[in-house]
Amino acid sequence: MTRSPRAATVAAGLVLAALAASALSLGEVALPLGEVVAVLGNAVGLGGEAPEQAAQIVWQIRAPRIAAALLVGAALAAAGTAYQGMFRNALVSPDILGVSAGAAAGAVLAIFFSQNALVMQAAAFGGGFVAVALAYAVAAAARGHDPGLALVLSGVVIGSLLGAVVALVKALADPLNQLPPITFWLLGSLAAVTPRDLAVAAPLVICGLVPLFLVRWRMNLLALDDDEARSLGIPVAALRIAVVCAATLMTAACVAISGVIGWVGLLVPHAARLLVGPEFSRLLPLAMLLGAAFLLVVDTLCRTASSIELPPGVVTALLGTPAFLFLLLRGRRRWQ
Amino acid sequence: MAVILEARALAFGFPGRRLARGLDLALSAGEVLCVLGPNGGGKTTLFRTLLGLHPALEGELLLDGAPLATLGRKTIAQRLGYVPQDHAPEYAFTVQEVALMGRAARIAFFGAPAARDFAAADAALEALGIAHLAGRPYTEVSGGERQLALLARALAQQPLALVLDEPTANLDFGNQVRVLRRLRELADRGLAVVFSTHRPDEAFHGASRALLLTTSGAFHYGAPEAVITAENLKAVYGVAVNVAAVNGTRVCVPEF
Repeated sequence: MTRSPRAATVAAGLVLAALAASALSLGEVALPLGEVVAVLGNAVGLGGEAPEQAAQIVWQIRAPRIAAALLVGAALAAAGTAYQGMFRNALVSPDILGVSAGAAAGAVLAIFFSQNALVMQAAAFGGGFVAVALAYAVAAAARGHDPGLALVLSGVVIGSLLGAVVALVKALADPLNQLPPITFWLLGSLAAVTPRDLAVAAPLVICGLVPLFLVRWRMNLLALDDDEARSLGIPVAALRIAVVCAATLMTAACVAISGVIGWVGLLVPHAARLLVGPEFSRLLPLAMLLGAAFLLVVDTLCRTASSIELPPGVVTALLGTPAFLFLLLRGRRRWQ
Repeated sequence: MAVILEARALAFGFPGRRLARGLDLALSAGEVLCVLGPNGGGKTTLFRTLLGLHPALEGELLLDGAPLATLGRKTIAQRLGYVPQDHAPEYAFTVQEVALMGRAARIAFFGAPAARDFAAADAALEALGIAHLAGRPYTEVSGGERQLALLARALAQQPLALVLDEPTANLDFGNQVRVLRRLRELADRGLAVVFSTHRPDEAFHGASRALLLTTSGAFHYGAPEAVITAENLKAVYGVAVNVAAVNGTRVCVPEF
């Protein structure tokens, strides 16, 4: 285990910057990296000769989508890191706890009733919060089972119930006007994210991140038994509710603009923990950088690997399933 | 010496299932109380009550002269350190990170540990002779070392009293003796110490008081020599035991 957290975080930041520049140059019209750098330099007032067409491709087409990948990846990874720490369970994530399914159910209902973006955000948050609250309540009531297993199972069950809600809405939706956007959106995609979506989602993600950063050190104590944490002076119940709200807000904001993109919130925190250990104030920034980089790579593959656009949820699932099985089979004693 | 932990006519247990009543305790700085009792005798509930994690059914608990029920969690944590049983945690925090968690009640809510917190954690590790383990993952050190790390965390709280739940339960013989010696040393430096155990002998290893709980709700409290007797052990545990003295220290020898 590497114990030089600053180096790991700085390295991850540099890699992310390089990836973002490469992603700007890749696409149907390949732009030389030099042109991308010139366009970016122009924007921050460094001058430089940038062709008009390149600037248009960068700013109109690629930048919003890349920004969305960075935002969603970082936010899902942050939410997953928070859930895993707070529930003392390294196998949970926004999707496993049912938060993503709940947010999707809320958002789909909002589309069904033809609401605007803000209502959709609120419905996604409401659905996500109800899902995680239900999952946690069921797991807490299921005494006599391994608590970690109970939480995973109840999250999966609540998630599938909310999946049924989504299916019901699809069955009822107008097949010409409502069903196509619902189906497209449910697959999970960053292709349709507009700058206006980003303008709604980004502040919500920041609203969720600020409390997590404020309690970044205290989060570590939620990994202890409740009695232990309380005896150390932590108001466990209040802190846990605050953190659940923050993480659920971020998840819902992402789901509302990109649909359900699984696995990021489960796997990225593990990768970050391998690099800098479980201490939350070091873990959170690195997990966000890795999450942003991961989803950026996935989304760039999705839009460039073949002539048709692949849904990123498909690619994350292809990568995520074997990684999850590996974690499960390795045993749960040593989450680094 | 000032009384640090005091119970007056305390009854503890659950509504509808009282475990004991009429318990009067007074523990001063420098004293060690050894709590014994059969499984189901209420040791855990008594400890949770002493820590303010579980409400008392009757009577009053005082911590450093103030009623425990009126104190916030942060204030309690500044005065009372709790050492749970050795456990396998979910994440591989380092031993130093574990000790630092003891500073939670002395760090601003939105803050992070500052230099003086690191100094307090390191001093606690140093005092317990495990400073060399500071950077090691807590999950990879031995059970005895984990117990010491949890004790270091409690010391980093800079409390007036320590409550330890079966601190010797999972340790080998040498570490059992060493932990009990540490507790005696800590009391000599001015802490009040409460610990529970399943081995009655431990009441004679540095404890100044003993409390023997029973499943019937009765209890024996007083000097270890008066509480840990053949008669009481037979009544509580249902096995015949001789209490003898070897080189001036009493030992409990079961009859076979």
